[in-house]
Amino acid sequence: MNGTPHELPGPQAGRGQELRERRLTGGTSQQGKHIMKWTHTKRLLAGLALATTLSTAIVLPVEAASLRMAWAQDATGLDPHKQTAFSSQRLLELIYEPLVRLDPKLNVVPAIASSWEFAADAKTLTFKLDPKAKFTNGAAVTSADVKASFTRILDEATSAAARSNFLSIESIDTPDAGTVVFHLSKADAPILVAMATINAAIVPASEITAGTIGTKAIGSGPFKLDSWEPNAKEVLSANADWGGGKPGLDGITILVLPDENAILASMRAGQTDFALLNDPLVATLVPGEANMQLNRVPGLAYNVLQLNPSRKPMDDLKVRQAISCAVNRQDVVDTALAGEGAVTGPLTMPSFAEDPNGLFCYKQDVDKAKALMKESSSPDGFKATVIAATGEPPYAANEAQVLQSQLAAIGITLDIKMMELNVYVDAWLAGDFDMAVAQNGGRPDPYPMYNRYFTKEGNLVKVSNFSDDELDSLLKQGQAETDPAKRVDIFHKFEQKLVELSPWVWLSTSYSYSAQLKTVSGFEGSPTGTLFALSKATIQ
Amino acid sequence: MSYVAQRLVTFPLILFGVSVLVFVSIRLIPGDAITAMLGTEAGLLTPVQRQALAVYFGIDQPMWSQYLHWAGGLFSGDLGISVTHGKAVLGVILDRFPLTLELALLSMVIALCVGIPLGVLAATRSERPSDLVVRLFAMLGQSTPSFVIGLLLIYVLSVVFGVVPPMGTFTPLNVDPLANLSQLIFPAITLGFAFAASVTRISRSAMLDVLGDDYIRTARSKGAAPRSVVWAHALPNALIPVVTLSGVEFGYLLGGAVIVEQVFALPGLGRLVLDAISQRDYALVQGSVLFIAMNFLIVNLIVDMLYVVLDPRIRLASR
Repeated sequence: MNGTPHELPGPQAGRGQELRERRLTGGTSQQGKHIMKWTHTKRLLAGLALATTLSTAIVLPVEAASLRMAWAQDATGLDPHKQTAFSSQRLLELIYEPLVRLDPKLNVVPAIASSWEFAADAKTLTFKLDPKAKFTNGAAVTSADVKASFTRILDEATSAAARSNFLSIESIDTPDAGTVVFHLSKADAPILVAMATINAAIVPASEITAGTIGTKAIGSGPFKLDSWEPNAKEVLSANADWGGGKPGLDGITILVLPDENAILASMRAGQTDFALLNDPLVATLVPGEANMQLNRVPGLAYNVLQLNPSRKPMDDLKVRQAISCAVNRQDVVDTALAGEGAVTGPLTMPSFAEDPNGLFCYKQDVDKAKALMKESSSPDGFKATVIAATGEPPYAANEAQVLQSQLAAIGITLDIKMMELNVYVDAWLAGDFDMAVAQNGGRPDPYPMYNRYFTKEGNLVKVSNFSDDELDSLLKQGQAETDPAKRVDIFHKFEQKLVELSPWVWLSTSYSYSAQLKTVSGFEGSPTGTLFALSKATIQ
Repeated sequence: MSYVAQRLVTFPLILFGVSVLVFVSIRLIPGDAITAMLGTEAGLLTPVQRQALAVYFGIDQPMWSQYLHWAGGLFSGDLGISVTHGKAVLGVILDRFPLTLELALLSMVIALCVGIPLGVLAATRSERPSDLVVRLFAMLGQSTPSFVIGLLLIYVLSVVFGVVPPMGTFTPLNVDPLANLSQLIFPAITLGFAFAASVTRISRSAMLDVLGDDYIRTARSKGAAPRSVVWAHALPNALIPVVTLSGVEFGYLLGGAVIVEQVFALPGLGRLVLDAISQRDYALVQGSVLFIAMNFLIVNLIVDMLYVVLDPRIRLASR
């Protein structure tokens, strides 16, 4: 099918036809139908002479098996070890591969590595590489590339985003071209899941030496990058030599359409086959479109009201607990997220999540909240400022407003301060806030997800301003334990204690959305938001 | 020294002021290129990692040193390197500028073709129903935000007619004129609507003033045809405020129509600056704003020169 141009159903033949048919209600005679059809057609033609003329240019020929995709936010760079932006990771997952990846059920499955084995003490991790794995420059992926990639990640000068997840790596052995052995300084069970991200991608050792990582995207993934015009367009073509088999698409063209309503309009007009959506209000419109399908997957990220326990009166446990009890989480979901989310505790990954109703004060209890406030250091209530980022997530302002109204019931007056994203990030990283409405990224494993915030040596403890000996101990136990059932027990204890101490008020998970025309098939969404499944997708 | 030469001498001074202002203000906003790239994950960086990134983005030096380095390059036409695009800022700007220029021109053509006749019509039929309709149109055009018009257009086109202008990319006029026009006509209508409303109001009030002048009464008394009085005698003199307004509006449009470019997903200069600010691509913000300021100065100069053409008295007075 490659190179065979064809015309999509045109606006007159496609949407216009559909519209005409929809307006012809049942019970109308055949003759009446013709009359109505003709009258309607005349009206259409008369009213839209200009659009009709222009539509000849609007309907452009397209490649049959090439996917036309749109998103509102573009990737911000091509270095897989440095990029943390959502779109960057989604793009790079199509080009690069880590040793292992997560399937839609978050199980660790092979990628560049065909198999792996932890030693009994969880201090040695051995990978066997897939002999079919090949970079798009034609070179096979070898253990030397794996060692060079992890050496680069661990080098502070690289500024790799995931470096802190791999600090337990003491040395890396490469006994042969197809085997890599990681020697760890301590038992570190979560390291395998940490390796299943694009921030741990395997890049060619030769490109590291040449210093071209980030300028030339040479990976071993299902697609290769042909061109990138930042904030406008990416063109990918299928990697015929991909170790995972031939991708179902000839290529993907990604366009940046900053307004999600425009993305929907573009899909309606048949200009876009597949799109990532961020705004729940736009996503909920998709099921109403006859030619579209919405893929909605609960994500790992969580919406949270972060309290700052280093500031008065949030340093008082009773105040924090009162806030937690006063919040009606389901109401926040229903009102701010238009029902597009689920109440959650701190653990959002399905294999660890427990029923949130069993957690401390997860059922709103205003009387208890008032009683706690009376016993607290601020019995008459207090004023505080809550910060939120404009448009990130899209419902941040709504969440702040609902929380403002709920907390008013126990005498807390919230002043909402909306900030541009970078300004917000600056304040957030400095811990410069009383309270913050945030959407924080989730991880498939609880240890890397919360170690950063709630252990004494966590990199982001300045953001949480909170640590506790019991939480610290439970996280360390969870890191060292290799038995899955025991890990679940440990992290449930951690979750219950964390919610009871209420440094933050966990609210909900939200969904990650993609929309596709019904001509696209074979794509399956994932809680991580990855688009890797596009390697299996096909288009009619 | 001629008037034009006097204006040209002030250009470098104004551009110097703009460059300092932009350079300082973009750096005063909290957040930097590192937080723009990594978001909250920037908190995971060690001091050594952060320093390495600061060197990469060129923000490790004191602000004055960064300015001198950047300003030094300006003399050789080097606006710096965009860290987002990985290429010279001037090249990135020139890639985006044709779209912005064409969109601005097309909007102006629509505005003038619609606004001047409507203004003349309203002035010649003052306080009659057609005048009221035109004034209502002008009021609507000026009070409706362009994003509302844009979104409405897209919604109606896609829902009712199943078409939308090609979005996301730009087809240059010389490559495919029809595709180019189909892409820009609706954004141009969106921009031109508000622009036309302003032109209508200005040309109406200018025409009303001129139509009451003695020389118009003289022309009428000498038996000149009403059409000739309006279009040949009155209109040229009523055009001076229209030229002033069009110059200012056109200058703004050359800076990029941010909202319309966002709504119609057009990769123009406005979006370039917006993205550069949110990604803290300092060199690109500085270069783009300087380029926009330069365009504004040039358009103003052309407008001043047009006055002379339209009203010979200005030329005579300057002698």
